[in-house]
Amino acid sequence: MDIQAILSAATGGHGAVNPYAAIAYLESGILFILALRGLSSPATAQSGNRFGMIGMTIAVVTTLLTHMPMKLGDATNSYTGVDPVGLIEILVAIGIGAVIGIVMARRIAMTAMPQLVAAFHSLVGLAAVAVAAAAYLNPVAFGIADAAGQIHVVSRVEMGLGIAIGAITFSGSVIAFLKLNGNMSGSPIMLPGRHIINLGTLAAIVALTAYFTQDQSPWVFWTITGLSFAIGFLLIIPIGGADMPVVVSMLNSYSGWAAAAMGFTLGNTAMIITGALVGSSGAILSYIMCRAMNRSFISVIAGGFGADDSGGGAGGSKEQRPWKPGSAEDAAFLMSQAENVIIVPGYGMAVAQAQHALREMADQLKKEGVNVKYAIHPVAGRMPGHMNVLLAEANVPYDEVFELEDINGEFAQCDVAFVIGANDVTNPAAKTDKTSPIYGMPVLDVEKAKTVLFVKRSMGGVGYAGVDNDVFYMDQTMMLLGDAKKMTEQIVKAM
Amino acid sequence: MDFIAIFSIFVLACFVGYFVVWSVTPALHTPLMSVTNAISSVIIVGALIASAAAGSATSKWLGLAAVVMASINIFGGFAVTSRMLAMYKKKER
Repeated sequence: MDIQAILSAATGGHGAVNPYAAIAYLESGILFILALRGLSSPATAQSGNRFGMIGMTIAVVTTLLTHMPMKLGDATNSYTGVDPVGLIEILVAIGIGAVIGIVMARRIAMTAMPQLVAAFHSLVGLAAVAVAAAAYLNPVAFGIADAAGQIHVVSRVEMGLGIAIGAITFSGSVIAFLKLNGNMSGSPIMLPGRHIINLGTLAAIVALTAYFTQDQSPWVFWTITGLSFAIGFLLIIPIGGADMPVVVSMLNSYSGWAAAAMGFTLGNTAMIITGALVGSSGAILSYIMCRAMNRSFISVIAGGFGADDSGGGAGGSKEQRPWKPGSAEDAAFLMSQAENVIIVPGYGMAVAQAQHALREMADQLKKEGVNVKYAIHPVAGRMPGHMNVLLAEANVPYDEVFELEDINGEFAQCDVAFVIGANDVTNPAAKTDKTSPIYGMPVLDVEKAKTVLFVKRSMGGVGYAGVDNDVFYMDQTMMLLGDAKKMTEQIVKAM
Repeated sequence: MDFIAIFSIFVLACFVGYFVVWSVTPALHTPLMSVTNAISSVIIVGALIASAAAGSATSKWLGLAAVVMASINIFGGFAVTSRMLAMYKKKER
Protein backbone atom coordinates (compact mmCIF):
# COMPACT_ATOMS: atom_id res chain seq x y z
CA MET A 1 0.00 0.00 0.00
CA ASP A 2 1.47 3.36 -0.98
CA ILE A 3 1.40 6.63 0.88
CA GLN A 4 -1.36 8.12 -1.23
CA ALA A 5 -3.67 5.25 -0.38
CA ILE A 6 -2.87 5.61 3.32
CA LEU A 7 -3.47 9.33 3.07
CA SER A 8 -6.84 8.92 1.43
CA ALA A 9 -7.82 6.34 3.99
CA ALA A 10 -6.83 8.73 6.74
CA THR A 11 -8.82 11.62 5.36
CA GLY A 12 -11.81 9.44 4.64
CA GLY A 13 -14.00 11.17 7.15
CA HIS A 14 -14.18 12.07 10.79
CA GLY A 15 -13.93 9.25 13.23
CA ALA A 16 -12.84 6.85 10.52
CA VAL A 17 -9.79 5.02 11.78
CA ASN A 18 -7.02 4.28 9.36
CA PRO A 19 -6.17 0.65 10.19
CA TYR A 20 -2.49 0.98 9.20
CA ALA A 21 -2.06 4.02 11.40
CA ALA A 22 -3.90 2.31 14.25
CA ILE A 23 -1.54 -0.68 14.06
CA ALA A 24 1.47 1.62 13.96
CA TYR A 25 0.31 3.49 17.08
CA LEU A 26 -0.32 0.20 18.85
CA GLU A 27 3.21 -0.84 17.94
CA SER A 28 4.70 2.29 19.45
CA GLY A 29 2.61 1.74 22.56
CA ILE A 30 4.08 -1.75 22.89
CA LEU A 31 7.61 -0.43 22.32
CA PHE A 32 7.05 2.04 25.18
CA ILE A 33 6.05 -0.83 27.46
CA LEU A 34 9.27 -2.60 26.47
CA ALA A 35 11.21 0.59 27.19
CA LEU A 36 10.07 0.50 30.81
CA ARG A 37 10.49 -3.25 31.00
CA GLY A 38 14.17 -2.82 30.07
CA LEU A 39 14.71 -0.81 33.24
CA SER A 40 14.28 -3.91 35.39
CA SER A 41 18.06 -4.32 35.21
CA PRO A 42 20.94 -1.99 34.31
CA ALA A 43 22.10 -4.64 31.82
CA THR A 44 18.97 -4.33 29.67
CA ALA A 45 18.20 -0.67 30.29
CA GLN A 46 20.03 0.77 27.27
CA SER A 47 18.22 -1.50 24.85
CA GLY A 48 14.95 -0.54 26.55
CA ASN A 49 15.74 3.11 25.94
CA ARG A 50 16.30 2.33 22.27
CA PHE A 51 12.88 0.64 22.09
CA GLY A 52 11.45 3.89 23.41
CA MET A 53 13.20 5.91 20.71
CA ILE A 54 11.95 3.55 17.98
CA GLY A 55 8.41 3.74 19.38
CA MET A 56 8.50 7.52 19.35
CA THR A 57 9.86 7.59 15.79
CA ILE A 58 7.04 5.32 14.63
CA ALA A 59 4.42 7.51 16.32
CA VAL A 60 5.82 10.73 14.84
CA VAL A 61 6.32 9.36 11.32
CA THR A 62 2.84 7.80 11.28
CA THR A 63 1.26 11.08 12.31
CA LEU A 64 3.27 13.02 9.73
CA LEU A 65 2.24 10.64 6.96
CA THR A 66 -1.44 10.56 7.84
CA HIS A 67 -1.68 14.27 8.65
CA MET A 68 0.39 15.98 5.99
CA PRO A 69 -0.28 19.69 5.73
CA MET A 70 -2.41 19.95 2.57
CA LYS A 71 -2.77 22.75 0.07
CA LEU A 72 -6.36 23.75 -0.44
CA GLY A 73 -7.57 23.95 -4.03
CA ASP A 74 -9.11 27.17 -5.31
CA ALA A 75 -10.70 28.45 -8.52
CA THR A 76 -7.49 28.64 -10.54
CA ASN A 77 -5.68 25.67 -9.12
CA SER A 78 -7.31 22.43 -8.19
CA TYR A 79 -4.05 20.91 -6.88
CA THR A 80 -4.63 19.73 -3.34
CA GLY A 81 -1.37 17.96 -2.65
CA VAL A 82 1.10 18.32 0.19
CA ASP A 83 1.89 21.87 1.25
CA PRO A 84 5.70 22.03 1.35
CA VAL A 85 5.83 25.21 3.45
CA GLY A 86 3.64 23.68 6.11
CA LEU A 87 5.78 20.57 6.19
CA ILE A 88 8.98 22.58 6.47
CA GLU A 89 7.51 24.56 9.38
CA ILE A 90 6.79 21.35 11.23
CA LEU A 91 10.25 19.91 10.56
CA VAL A 92 11.86 23.17 11.70
CA ALA A 93 9.81 23.03 14.91
CA ILE A 94 11.03 19.48 15.56
CA GLY A 95 14.60 20.55 14.76
CA ILE A 96 14.51 23.47 17.20
CA GLY A 97 13.22 21.19 19.92
CA ALA A 98 15.85 18.56 19.13
CA VAL A 99 18.74 21.02 19.41
CA ILE A 100 17.50 22.53 22.69
CA GLY A 101 16.72 19.13 24.17
CA ILE A 102 20.03 17.51 23.27
CA VAL A 103 22.08 20.48 24.46
CA MET A 104 20.23 20.48 27.81
CA ALA A 105 20.68 16.72 28.18
CA ARG A 106 24.43 16.93 27.49
CA ARG A 107 25.18 19.89 29.74
CA ILE A 108 23.12 19.10 32.83
CA ALA A 109 25.03 18.13 35.97
CA MET A 110 23.81 14.90 37.54
CA THR A 111 23.14 16.70 40.83
CA ALA A 112 20.70 18.91 38.91
CA MET A 113 18.67 16.00 37.49
CA PRO A 114 15.58 16.78 39.64
CA GLN A 115 15.42 20.32 38.23
CA LEU A 116 15.79 19.03 34.68
CA VAL A 117 13.02 16.50 35.16
CA ALA A 118 10.77 19.20 36.68
CA ALA A 119 11.52 21.46 33.71
CA PHE A 120 10.68 18.65 31.29
CA HIS A 121 7.42 17.97 33.12
CA SER A 122 6.43 21.59 32.78
CA LEU A 123 6.97 21.35 29.01
CA VAL A 124 4.76 18.26 28.71
CA GLY A 125 2.08 20.10 30.68
CA LEU A 126 2.28 23.22 28.55
CA ALA A 127 2.32 21.17 25.33
CA ALA A 128 -0.83 19.37 26.52
CA VAL A 129 -2.50 22.72 27.17
CA ALA A 130 -1.49 23.99 23.74
CA VAL A 131 -2.79 20.85 22.03
CA ALA A 132 -6.09 20.96 23.94
CA ALA A 133 -6.49 24.64 23.06
CA ALA A 134 -5.69 23.92 19.40
CA ALA A 135 -8.28 21.12 19.40
CA TYR A 136 -10.83 23.48 20.96
CA LEU A 137 -10.18 26.15 18.33
CA ASN A 138 -10.18 23.73 15.40
CA PRO A 139 -12.26 20.72 16.45
CA VAL A 140 -13.04 19.62 12.89
CA ALA A 141 -9.34 18.96 12.23
CA PHE A 142 -9.25 16.63 15.22
CA GLY A 143 -12.41 14.84 14.12
CA ILE A 144 -14.22 15.64 17.36
CA ALA A 145 -16.98 17.89 16.05
CA ASP A 146 -20.23 17.31 14.24
CA ALA A 147 -21.14 19.06 10.99
CA ALA A 148 -22.39 22.15 12.82
CA GLY A 149 -19.03 22.64 14.58
CA GLN A 150 -20.37 21.44 17.94
CA ILE A 151 -17.76 19.42 19.83
CA HIS A 152 -18.94 15.97 20.96
CA VAL A 153 -19.94 15.89 24.62
CA VAL A 154 -17.50 13.09 25.49
CA SER A 155 -14.69 15.01 23.80
CA ARG A 156 -15.54 18.10 25.83
CA VAL A 157 -15.10 16.19 29.09
CA GLU A 158 -11.82 14.70 27.87
CA MET A 159 -10.67 18.11 26.70
CA GLY A 160 -11.59 19.75 29.99
CA LEU A 161 -9.68 17.07 31.89
CA GLY A 162 -6.73 17.31 29.51
CA ILE A 163 -6.38 21.04 29.82
CA ALA A 164 -6.86 20.99 33.60
CA ILE A 165 -4.26 18.28 34.19
CA GLY A 166 -1.89 19.83 31.65
CA ALA A 167 -2.12 23.27 33.22
CA ILE A 168 -1.66 21.91 36.76
CA THR A 169 1.37 19.93 35.57
CA PHE A 170 2.83 23.06 34.00
CA SER A 171 2.44 25.55 36.82
CA GLY A 172 3.17 22.94 39.51
CA SER A 173 6.38 21.90 37.75
CA VAL A 174 7.50 25.48 37.34
CA ILE A 175 7.23 25.99 41.11
CA ALA A 176 8.94 22.64 41.76
CA PHE A 177 11.73 23.67 39.38
CA LEU A 178 12.20 27.04 41.09
CA LYS A 179 12.32 25.40 44.53
CA LEU A 180 14.73 22.65 43.45
CA ASN A 181 16.93 25.09 41.55
CA GLY A 182 17.13 27.41 44.55
CA ASN A 183 15.47 30.35 42.75
CA MET A 184 12.74 30.11 45.33
CA SER A 185 13.07 29.27 49.01
CA GLY A 186 12.53 25.60 49.77
CA SER A 187 10.57 26.49 52.87
CA PRO A 188 6.82 26.15 52.49
CA ILE A 189 4.82 29.28 51.72
CA MET A 190 1.58 29.12 53.66
CA LEU A 191 -1.28 31.26 52.47
CA PRO A 192 -4.02 31.86 55.00
CA GLY A 193 -7.08 29.78 54.25
CA ARG A 194 -5.24 27.92 51.51
CA HIS A 195 -7.23 24.70 51.96
CA ILE A 196 -10.46 26.59 51.35
CA ILE A 197 -8.99 28.43 48.36
CA ASN A 198 -7.63 25.20 46.87
CA LEU A 199 -10.80 23.18 47.40
CA GLY A 200 -12.90 26.04 46.07
CA THR A 201 -10.75 26.32 42.95
CA LEU A 202 -10.86 22.56 42.37
CA ALA A 203 -14.64 22.55 42.81
CA ALA A 204 -14.93 25.42 40.35
CA ILE A 205 -12.84 23.51 37.78
CA VAL A 206 -15.03 20.42 38.14
CA ALA A 207 -18.24 22.45 37.95
CA LEU A 208 -17.06 24.39 34.91
CA THR A 209 -16.00 21.16 33.16
CA ALA A 210 -19.51 19.83 33.76
CA TYR A 211 -20.99 23.08 32.45
CA PHE A 212 -18.66 22.91 29.43
CA THR A 213 -20.57 19.85 28.22
CA GLN A 214 -23.66 22.06 27.91
CA ASP A 215 -22.06 25.24 26.67
CA GLN A 216 -18.87 25.29 24.63
CA SER A 217 -18.42 29.07 24.79
CA PRO A 218 -14.85 30.34 24.89
CA TRP A 219 -15.18 31.90 28.36
CA VAL A 220 -15.89 28.48 29.91
CA PHE A 221 -12.88 26.91 28.24
CA TRP A 222 -10.45 29.69 29.08
CA THR A 223 -11.70 30.01 32.67
CA ILE A 224 -11.00 26.29 33.20
CA THR A 225 -7.53 26.87 31.75
CA GLY A 226 -6.83 29.90 33.95
CA LEU A 227 -8.09 28.27 37.14
CA SER A 228 -6.05 25.14 36.44
CA PHE A 229 -2.85 27.16 36.04
CA ALA A 230 -3.67 28.85 39.35
CA ILE A 231 -4.37 25.63 41.24
CA GLY A 232 -1.08 24.05 40.10
CA PHE A 233 0.73 27.04 41.54
CA LEU A 234 -1.31 27.07 44.76
CA LEU A 235 -0.89 23.34 45.32
CA ILE A 236 2.91 23.32 45.17
CA ILE A 237 3.94 26.53 46.97
CA PRO A 238 3.04 25.24 50.45
CA ILE A 239 5.09 22.07 49.97
CA GLY A 240 8.54 22.10 51.55
CA GLY A 241 11.85 21.19 49.95
CA ALA A 242 12.05 17.86 51.79
CA ASP A 243 8.89 16.66 50.09
CA MET A 244 10.07 17.57 46.60
CA PRO A 245 10.84 13.92 45.65
CA VAL A 246 7.15 13.17 46.15
CA VAL A 247 6.10 16.27 44.24
CA VAL A 248 8.34 15.52 41.27
CA SER A 249 7.01 11.95 41.11
CA MET A 250 3.44 13.21 41.41
CA LEU A 251 3.92 15.69 38.57
CA ASN A 252 5.45 12.85 36.54
CA SER A 253 2.20 11.01 37.06
CA TYR A 254 0.12 14.05 36.06
CA SER A 255 2.05 14.53 32.84
CA GLY A 256 1.06 10.96 31.97
CA TRP A 257 -2.62 11.48 32.75
CA ALA A 258 -2.56 14.65 30.62
CA ALA A 259 -1.24 12.64 27.68
CA ALA A 260 -3.88 9.96 28.29
CA ALA A 261 -6.68 12.53 28.32
CA MET A 262 -5.50 13.87 24.95
CA GLY A 263 -5.27 10.29 23.74
CA PHE A 264 -8.96 9.83 24.53
CA THR A 265 -9.78 12.98 22.57
CA LEU A 266 -7.87 11.75 19.55
CA GLY A 267 -8.72 8.07 19.93
CA ASN A 268 -4.99 7.37 19.77
CA THR A 269 -3.79 4.10 21.34
CA ALA A 270 -0.13 5.16 21.56
CA MET A 271 -1.09 8.17 23.68
CA ILE A 272 -3.47 6.18 25.87
CA ILE A 273 -1.01 3.36 26.55
CA THR A 274 1.78 5.83 27.24
CA GLY A 275 -0.41 7.96 29.45
CA ALA A 276 -1.42 4.96 31.51
CA LEU A 277 2.21 3.78 31.81
CA VAL A 278 3.57 7.16 32.82
CA GLY A 279 0.61 7.87 35.08
CA SER A 280 1.04 4.64 37.01
CA SER A 281 4.81 5.01 37.07
CA GLY A 282 4.61 8.43 38.71
CA ALA A 283 1.95 7.25 41.12
CA ILE A 284 4.03 4.25 42.20
CA LEU A 285 7.15 6.40 42.65
CA SER A 286 5.17 8.88 44.79
CA TYR A 287 3.95 5.97 46.89
CA ILE A 288 7.50 4.60 47.30
CA MET A 289 8.78 8.04 48.33
CA CYS A 290 5.93 8.58 50.80
CA ARG A 291 6.52 5.17 52.33
CA ALA A 292 10.25 5.87 52.65
CA MET A 293 9.50 9.04 54.59
CA ASN A 294 6.55 7.52 56.47
CA ARG A 295 4.38 10.37 55.25
CA SER A 296 0.90 9.96 53.89
CA PHE A 297 0.31 11.28 50.41
CA ILE A 298 -2.45 13.53 51.72
CA SER A 299 -0.19 15.14 54.31
CA VAL A 300 2.44 15.84 51.63
CA ILE A 301 -0.15 17.48 49.41
CA ALA A 302 -1.58 19.43 52.33
CA GLY A 303 1.93 20.82 52.64
CA GLY A 304 3.77 22.63 55.36
CA PHE A 305 6.34 19.98 56.32
CA GLY A 306 9.42 21.58 57.86
CA ALA A 307 7.57 24.83 58.55
CA ASP A 308 6.68 24.29 62.18
CA ASP A 309 10.07 23.70 63.77
CA SER A 310 8.57 24.53 67.14
CA GLY A 311 10.91 23.45 69.90
CA GLY A 312 13.00 21.14 67.71
CA GLY A 313 11.40 17.84 68.62
CA ALA A 314 11.44 15.83 71.78
CA GLY A 315 13.44 15.81 74.98
CA GLY A 316 14.93 19.31 74.83
CA SER A 317 17.60 18.24 72.38
CA LYS A 318 19.54 21.46 72.82
CA GLU A 319 21.33 20.19 75.93
CA GLN A 320 25.03 19.52 75.49
CA ARG A 321 25.88 15.85 75.26
CA PRO A 322 29.40 14.46 75.02
CA TRP A 323 30.56 13.27 71.63
CA LYS A 324 33.83 11.95 70.33
CA PRO A 325 35.71 13.83 67.63
CA GLY A 326 37.98 11.99 65.25
CA SER A 327 40.57 12.80 62.62
CA ALA A 328 41.06 11.62 59.05
CA GLU A 329 44.00 9.50 60.26
CA ASP A 330 41.83 7.73 62.82
CA ALA A 331 39.22 7.05 60.18
CA ALA A 332 41.80 5.74 57.71
CA PHE A 333 43.27 3.42 60.32
CA LEU A 334 39.91 2.10 61.51
CA MET A 335 38.68 1.38 58.02
CA SER A 336 41.83 -0.26 56.72
CA GLN A 337 41.79 -2.59 59.75
CA ALA A 338 38.16 -3.48 59.09
CA GLU A 339 36.82 -6.50 57.27
CA ASN A 340 33.50 -5.04 56.21
CA VAL A 341 32.75 -1.36 55.60
CA ILE A 342 29.33 -0.01 54.64
CA ILE A 343 29.22 3.48 53.21
CA VAL A 344 26.00 5.43 53.78
CA PRO A 345 25.90 8.42 51.41
CA GLY A 346 23.30 11.18 51.64
CA TYR A 347 22.50 14.28 49.68
CA GLY A 348 25.13 16.25 51.61
CA MET A 349 27.75 14.05 49.92
CA ALA A 350 26.44 15.10 46.52
CA VAL A 351 26.27 18.77 47.47
CA ALA A 352 29.95 18.63 48.50
CA GLN A 353 30.76 16.76 45.25
CA ALA A 354 32.48 14.13 47.35
CA GLN A 355 31.40 11.10 45.31
CA HIS A 356 34.63 10.83 43.33
CA ALA A 357 36.81 11.12 46.43
CA LEU A 358 34.55 8.58 48.10
CA ARG A 359 35.03 6.10 45.29
CA GLU A 360 38.82 6.57 45.51
CA MET A 361 38.60 5.82 49.21
CA ALA A 362 36.59 2.69 48.49
CA ASP A 363 39.14 1.63 45.84
CA GLN A 364 41.98 2.03 48.37
CA LEU A 365 40.08 -0.02 50.92
CA LYS A 366 39.36 -2.76 48.40
CA LYS A 367 43.05 -2.91 47.56
CA GLU A 368 43.72 -3.62 51.22
CA GLY A 369 41.21 -6.45 51.13
CA VAL A 370 38.33 -4.66 52.80
CA ASN A 371 34.84 -5.59 51.69
CA VAL A 372 33.07 -2.32 50.75
CA LYS A 373 29.36 -1.85 50.15
CA TYR A 374 27.11 1.16 49.74
CA ALA A 375 23.73 1.46 51.48
CA ILE A 376 21.15 3.71 49.84
CA HIS A 377 18.04 5.00 51.53
CA PRO A 378 15.17 5.64 49.08
CA VAL A 379 15.12 9.34 49.93
CA ALA A 380 18.91 9.77 49.99
CA GLY A 381 18.81 12.10 47.00
CA ARG A 382 16.41 14.71 45.75
CA MET A 383 14.41 12.36 43.56
CA PRO A 384 13.80 8.61 43.40
CA GLY A 385 17.04 6.78 42.56
CA HIS A 386 19.06 10.01 42.47
CA MET A 387 21.85 8.72 44.73
CA ASN A 388 22.34 5.67 42.51
CA VAL A 389 22.90 7.91 39.50
CA LEU A 390 25.38 10.08 41.42
CA LEU A 391 27.37 7.01 42.51
CA ALA A 392 27.23 5.56 39.00
CA GLU A 393 28.63 8.83 37.70
CA ALA A 394 31.58 8.40 40.06
CA ASN A 395 32.14 4.92 38.57
CA VAL A 396 30.88 3.02 41.57
CA PRO A 397 29.86 -0.40 40.20
CA TYR A 398 26.10 -0.85 40.62
CA ASP A 399 26.47 -4.30 42.14
CA GLU A 400 28.18 -2.76 45.20
CA VAL A 401 25.20 -0.51 45.83
CA PHE A 402 22.34 -1.90 47.92
CA GLU A 403 18.86 -0.74 48.82
CA LEU A 404 17.77 -0.29 52.42
CA GLU A 405 15.86 -3.55 52.82
CA ASP A 406 18.63 -5.59 51.19
CA ILE A 407 21.47 -4.33 53.37
CA ASN A 408 19.91 -3.35 56.69
CA GLY A 409 20.57 -6.80 58.19
CA GLU A 410 24.29 -6.49 57.45
CA PHE A 411 25.07 -3.54 59.72
CA ALA A 412 25.22 -5.89 62.73
CA GLN A 413 28.10 -7.78 61.09
CA CYS A 414 29.92 -4.76 59.75
CA ASP A 415 32.99 -3.24 61.37
CA VAL A 416 32.62 0.32 60.18
CA ALA A 417 29.59 2.27 58.97
CA PHE A 418 30.83 5.36 57.17
CA VAL A 419 27.99 7.92 57.10
CA ILE A 420 28.62 10.84 54.81
CA GLY A 421 26.16 13.65 54.19
CA ALA A 422 23.22 11.69 55.57
CA ASN A 423 21.49 12.25 58.88
CA ASP A 424 17.75 11.69 59.26
CA VAL A 425 17.90 8.38 57.37
CA THR A 426 20.21 6.96 60.08
CA ASN A 427 18.33 8.32 63.09
CA PRO A 428 17.29 5.50 65.45
CA ALA A 429 14.66 7.83 66.96
CA ALA A 430 12.53 6.89 63.97
CA LYS A 431 12.30 3.42 65.46
CA THR A 432 11.95 4.20 69.16
CA ASP A 433 10.82 7.75 69.87
CA LYS A 434 7.09 8.11 69.22
CA THR A 435 7.27 11.87 69.69
CA SER A 436 9.89 12.32 66.98
CA PRO A 437 8.64 13.94 63.77
CA ILE A 438 10.32 11.18 61.78
CA TYR A 439 8.89 8.33 63.89
CA GLY A 440 7.97 5.36 61.72
CA MET A 441 10.25 6.27 58.86
CA PRO A 442 12.35 3.26 57.78
CA VAL A 443 16.00 4.01 58.65
CA LEU A 444 19.39 2.42 58.10
CA ASP A 445 20.53 0.61 61.27
CA VAL A 446 23.99 2.20 61.39
CA GLU A 447 24.01 2.14 65.19
CA LYS A 448 24.40 -1.65 65.05
CA ALA A 449 27.83 -1.38 63.43
CA LYS A 450 30.92 -1.89 65.64
CA THR A 451 32.12 1.61 64.77
CA VAL A 452 30.26 4.50 63.19
CA LEU A 453 32.20 7.21 61.40
CA PHE A 454 29.97 10.20 60.87
CA VAL A 455 31.15 12.85 58.43
CA LYS A 456 29.35 16.09 59.13
CA ARG A 457 30.02 19.76 58.53
CA SER A 458 29.45 20.78 62.17
CA MET A 459 27.63 19.60 65.28
CA GLY A 460 25.10 22.42 64.93
CA GLY A 461 23.23 21.64 61.76
CA VAL A 462 20.59 18.97 61.71
CA GLY A 463 18.82 17.32 58.80
CA TYR A 464 15.64 18.34 57.04
CA ALA A 465 13.39 17.16 59.82
CA GLY A 466 15.25 19.33 62.35
CA VAL A 467 15.82 16.55 64.88
CA ASP A 468 18.93 15.56 66.76
CA ASN A 469 20.45 12.17 66.04
CA ASP A 470 21.37 9.89 68.97
CA VAL A 471 24.00 8.18 66.83
CA PHE A 472 26.26 11.24 67.30
CA TYR A 473 26.58 10.60 71.02
CA MET A 474 27.06 6.85 71.08
CA ASP A 475 30.26 5.29 72.40
CA GLN A 476 31.15 3.64 69.12
CA THR A 477 30.64 6.81 67.09
CA MET A 478 33.43 9.07 65.95
CA MET A 479 32.43 12.42 64.49
CA LEU A 480 34.54 13.59 61.56
CA LEU A 481 33.71 17.26 61.33
CA GLY A 482 34.44 19.07 58.09
CA ASP A 483 33.56 19.36 54.45
CA ALA A 484 32.62 15.93 53.09
CA LYS A 485 34.92 16.15 50.09
CA LYS A 486 37.97 17.50 51.95
CA MET A 487 37.52 14.98 54.76
CA THR A 488 37.32 12.08 52.32
CA GLU A 489 40.39 13.31 50.44
CA GLN A 490 42.33 13.54 53.72
CA ILE A 491 41.30 10.00 54.59
CA VAL A 492 42.55 8.77 51.21
CA LYS A 493 45.86 10.55 51.82
CA ALA A 494 46.19 9.05 55.30
CA MET A 495 45.79 5.48 54.04
CA MET B 1 -13.18 4.18 17.95
CA ASP B 2 -15.94 4.18 20.48
CA PHE B 3 -15.37 5.28 24.02
CA ILE B 4 -15.71 1.85 25.62
CA ALA B 5 -13.04 0.34 23.36
CA ILE B 6 -10.62 3.15 24.16
CA PHE B 7 -11.44 3.00 27.84
CA SER B 8 -10.72 -0.75 27.87
CA ILE B 9 -7.30 -0.16 26.36
CA PHE B 10 -6.65 2.50 28.98
CA VAL B 11 -7.62 0.31 31.92
CA LEU B 12 -5.56 -2.63 30.67
CA ALA B 13 -2.59 -0.34 30.05
CA CYS B 14 -2.84 0.90 33.64
CA PHE B 15 -2.48 -2.69 34.83
CA VAL B 16 0.47 -3.28 32.52
CA GLY B 17 2.02 -0.06 33.81
CA TYR B 18 1.52 -1.11 37.41
CA PHE B 19 3.31 -4.44 36.99
CA VAL B 20 6.05 -3.16 34.71
CA VAL B 21 6.91 -0.25 36.98
CA TRP B 22 7.07 -2.39 40.13
CA SER B 23 9.60 -4.59 38.34
CA VAL B 24 11.90 -1.62 37.72
CA THR B 25 14.93 -1.83 40.00
CA PRO B 26 15.05 1.08 42.51
CA ALA B 27 18.57 1.88 41.33
CA LEU B 28 17.06 2.98 38.00
CA HIS B 29 14.22 5.13 39.30
CA THR B 30 15.79 8.35 38.07
CA PRO B 31 16.23 7.03 34.50
CA LEU B 32 12.67 5.71 34.80
CA MET B 33 11.45 9.24 35.43
CA SER B 34 13.43 10.72 32.57
CA VAL B 35 12.32 8.05 30.11
CA THR B 36 8.66 8.31 31.13
CA ASN B 37 9.11 12.02 30.61
CA ALA B 38 10.32 11.40 27.10
CA ILE B 39 7.55 9.00 26.18
CA SER B 40 4.78 11.13 27.69
CA SER B 41 5.75 13.60 24.98
CA VAL B 42 3.93 11.30 22.59
CA ILE B 43 1.49 14.18 22.97
CA ILE B 44 3.45 15.45 19.97
CA VAL B 45 0.96 13.40 17.91
CA GLY B 46 -1.76 15.89 18.83
CA ALA B 47 0.60 18.78 18.23
CA LEU B 48 1.47 17.51 14.72
CA ILE B 49 -2.22 17.13 13.83
CA ALA B 50 -2.89 20.68 14.97
CA SER B 51 0.05 22.15 13.08
CA ALA B 52 -0.85 20.34 9.85
CA ALA B 53 -4.54 21.22 9.92
CA ALA B 54 -6.00 24.00 7.84
CA GLY B 55 -8.78 26.20 9.10
CA SER B 56 -7.43 28.05 12.12
CA ALA B 57 -4.17 29.99 12.17
CA THR B 58 -4.13 30.25 15.98
CA SER B 59 -4.65 26.53 16.27
CA LYS B 60 -1.78 25.90 13.85
CA TRP B 61 0.66 28.09 15.75
CA LEU B 62 -0.35 26.56 19.07
CA GLY B 63 0.33 23.21 17.44
CA LEU B 64 3.77 24.28 16.23
CA ALA B 65 4.64 25.64 19.68
CA ALA B 66 3.58 22.32 21.18
CA VAL B 67 5.73 20.49 18.61
CA VAL B 68 8.78 22.46 19.78
CA MET B 69 8.04 21.79 23.46
CA ALA B 70 7.35 18.11 22.96
CA SER B 71 10.49 17.72 20.81
CA ILE B 72 12.65 19.26 23.53
CA ASN B 73 11.28 16.63 25.85
CA ILE B 74 11.61 13.73 23.45
CA PHE B 75 15.19 14.42 22.40
CA GLY B 76 16.26 15.72 25.80
CA GLY B 77 14.53 12.92 27.69
CA PHE B 78 15.94 10.06 25.66
CA ALA B 79 19.41 11.67 25.49
CA VAL B 80 19.70 12.25 29.22
CA THR B 81 18.38 8.75 29.97
CA SER B 82 20.95 7.22 27.70
CA ARG B 83 23.67 9.39 29.26
CA MET B 84 22.71 8.17 32.73
CA LEU B 85 22.38 4.54 31.75
CA ALA B 86 25.83 4.59 30.18
CA MET B 87 27.27 5.33 33.63
CA TYR B 88 25.92 2.18 35.26
CA LYS B 89 28.75 -0.33 35.19
CA LYS B 90 29.30 -3.71 36.74
CA LYS B 91 32.23 -4.53 38.98
CA GLU B 92 35.40 -5.29 37.01
CA ARG B 93 36.61 -8.74 37.80
